[in-house]
Amino acid sequence: MVDMTAGQSAAVPRQIRKPKSPIARFFGRRSTIAFLMALPLILLIGVLVIYPAFYSLHLATLNKRMTEFRGFDNFSFLLFKKDAFWTVVYSSCLFAVSAVIFKAFIGFVVAHFVHNIPAKGQRKWRGMLLIPWVIPPAMSTLAWLWLFDSSYGALNWTLAKIGIGPIPWIGEPGWARFSVILVNVWFGAPFFMIMYLASLKSVPDALYEAADIDGATWWQKIRYITLPMMRNIIAITTLFSLIVTFANFDIVRVLTQGGPLDQTHLFATWAFEIGIRSGDIPLGASVSLFMVPILAIAAVFILRDINKRGNEA
Amino acid sequence: MADVTLRKLVKMYDQVQAVKGIDLEIKDKEFVVLVGPSGCGKSTTLRMIAGLEEISGGQILIDDDVVNDVPPKDRDIAMVFQNYALYPHMTVHENMSFGLRLKKFPKAEIAKRVGEAARILDITELLERKPKALSGGQRQRVAMGRAIVRNPKVFLFDEPLSNLDAKLRVQMRIEIKKVHQTVRTTTVYVTHDQIEAMTLADRVVVMNGGVIEQVGTPQELYHNPRTRFVAAFIGSPSMNFVPCRLESHADQLAVRISNEIAFFMPEQKAARYKKLSGDGQLLLGLRPEHLTDMRQHMEPGCVPFDAQLEVTEPMGMETFVYFKMNGADMCGRVNPNAGALDGGPLKMAADLNNMHLIDAKTGLVL
Ligand SMILES: Nc1ncnc2c1ncn2[C@@H]1O[C@H](COP(=O)(O)OP(=O)(O)O)[C@@H](O)[C@H]1O
Ligand SMILES: [Mg+2]
Repeated sequence: MVDMTAGQSAAVPRQIRKPKSPIARFFGRRSTIAFLMALPLILLIGVLVIYPAFYSLHLATLNKRMTEFRGFDNFSFLLFKKDAFWTVVYSSCLFAVSAVIFKAFIGFVVAHFVHNIPAKGQRKWRGMLLIPWVIPPAMSTLAWLWLFDSSYGALNWTLAKIGIGPIPWIGEPGWARFSVILVNVWFGAPFFMIMYLASLKSVPDALYEAADIDGATWWQKIRYITLPMMRNIIAITTLFSLIVTFANFDIVRVLTQGGPLDQTHLFATWAFEIGIRSGDIPLGASVSLFMVPILAIAAVFILRDINKRGNEA
Repeated sequence: MADVTLRKLVKMYDQVQAVKGIDLEIKDKEFVVLVGPSGCGKSTTLRMIAGLEEISGGQILIDDDVVNDVPPKDRDIAMVFQNYALYPHMTVHENMSFGLRLKKFPKAEIAKRVGEAARILDITELLERKPKALSGGQRQRVAMGRAIVRNPKVFLFDEPLSNLDAKLRVQMRIEIKKVHQTVRTTTVYVTHDQIEAMTLADRVVVMNGGVIEQVGTPQELYHNPRTRFVAAFIGSPSMNFVPCRLESHADQLAVRISNEIAFFMPEQKAARYKKLSGDGQLLLGLRPEHLTDMRQHMEPGCVPFDAQLEVTEPMGMETFVYFKMNGADMCGRVNPNAGALDGGPLKMAADLNNMHLIDAKTGLVL
């Protein structure tokens, strides 16, 4: 009796371990559990991102009344027959690139100033400088619209006092482009400032002291220490901002509605103009799909650089 | 190559004096170590010499030129930081040559100097690596290399070894000494570790609370400390202190520790302390190596006493024994064969030829 019990209990653990159905093993794996836990999010992304993406691909292949399949006709029409398309490509690129450059530059400079404010006052300044970024852009753009007004706006009124103007801020294509970029820079620079500030704070003071002793001037310290140390943050924020800026909608929509003469349209506003306002949804979808390859190329370039440099700092 | 002179040097941080007016002359080619407990103002002093901290009062002279308002880059100094402060995005070669490249040295000269320094420090194979791919000891060498290639007037070290493990620290200590013997640049070295100070320095500067307690060669500090602080700080395990009184017996002088324990002094000590009045509060200072086991043939001046041991620490070559003398904790250093046992009695001897008497009120060694 005693022997038997002992024998049985010894056999039990072996029994638990051995026969496991393939299904049980599948559900026991860590990767499976991880996948299951991420599933709700994956489903959400599927519904909100992937489905619309494919749906717009589908839309882009239809005719204007959405009754017939037309293949790539919409795309080739845009590329070869519609001159306005190239204007939009040009102004979108101009808008995104110049706005990001200015945002990055201003953010970098302001981050340095804030970094050098003594710790006590710094919070206050950080908070104040972030204000443009936390106001919904549609609202702040409205305020800018009033400032820009050629007859009653504060800007022209002020300029008139010192004998300049009046400037057609949104009435003339060149100035309108400038104004749209200006508002975008005003709105987006705080984001760069806060990212650069965080990155500046992570550069050890001792590096600057070592550079001081090595004989570096302030500019050489920025050139050889700060910029290389911030390289990854600069790359990521630039990419991120390039994408968001390129796809900007609200500022142009509120400020110029793409005018004058469609000169300030971006992809998003033009797609809206064609798809919703003129009622050619398939063509509008095709316009917006043209953003994908352009953004993808930018992403690949910048991310490749991050991978290359990622494991040194 | 240069002299460095500090005159009444003061550093204030918001009304608090971190460095309280120190005077120090460092001679050309000398290796001077600033040593003291944490927070005593060593780094602050060093950083003022480097020009990284503003000077609140007094003067710093390098080669007879007042450099108070000279920026670090024009002081012709090189510094090795505690955490090395290597530029993480540059290779070892780029790290070492950075200063020279900024000063627009010709390429050939840079290559020659970096090669030479790399050879001295034995890091030639590491030149193309980034700091991340180096061990602590290798980074330490690179940081020294960066200082050497500049061929500056003065080397400054701020606790360069404290991030290394114990074994590597001993090794790098010897390395630093060798480098100084090769390069012979005036060096100011900061550490909280008295052993580092003793082993490296031509002269040691003991600091405490923003002032200099004593300046001297390692031997001077060890044998003739001027204050109780220096006596306790230099040497490991540190000197024992026990309250005592002086007593005259005919022509002999004795230190009385308690009713039961009193030691007669050897003549040369008696002559030195004879003029002291008997009633001041005194401390008897004896280093552990002067509290030994009783042997057959003791020198004159060694007096026997009985100790009741609490703990023993066999170190191999010697054994440290801990016991109480009239309530004061004492540490002695005995022969491993002397039969010292935890909790056991031991016949010991105090070598009064090496005794110190300290005024308990002023902390001065008499
Ligand atoms: N930036 C600072 N602001 C205020 N007090 C400081 C600063 N740096 C050092 N101190 C104070 O000055 C004293 C000396 O510091 P330090 O020179 O770093 O000491 P250590 O001898 O350990 O190197 C310390 O009491 C420290 O708290
Ligand atoms: Mg320090």
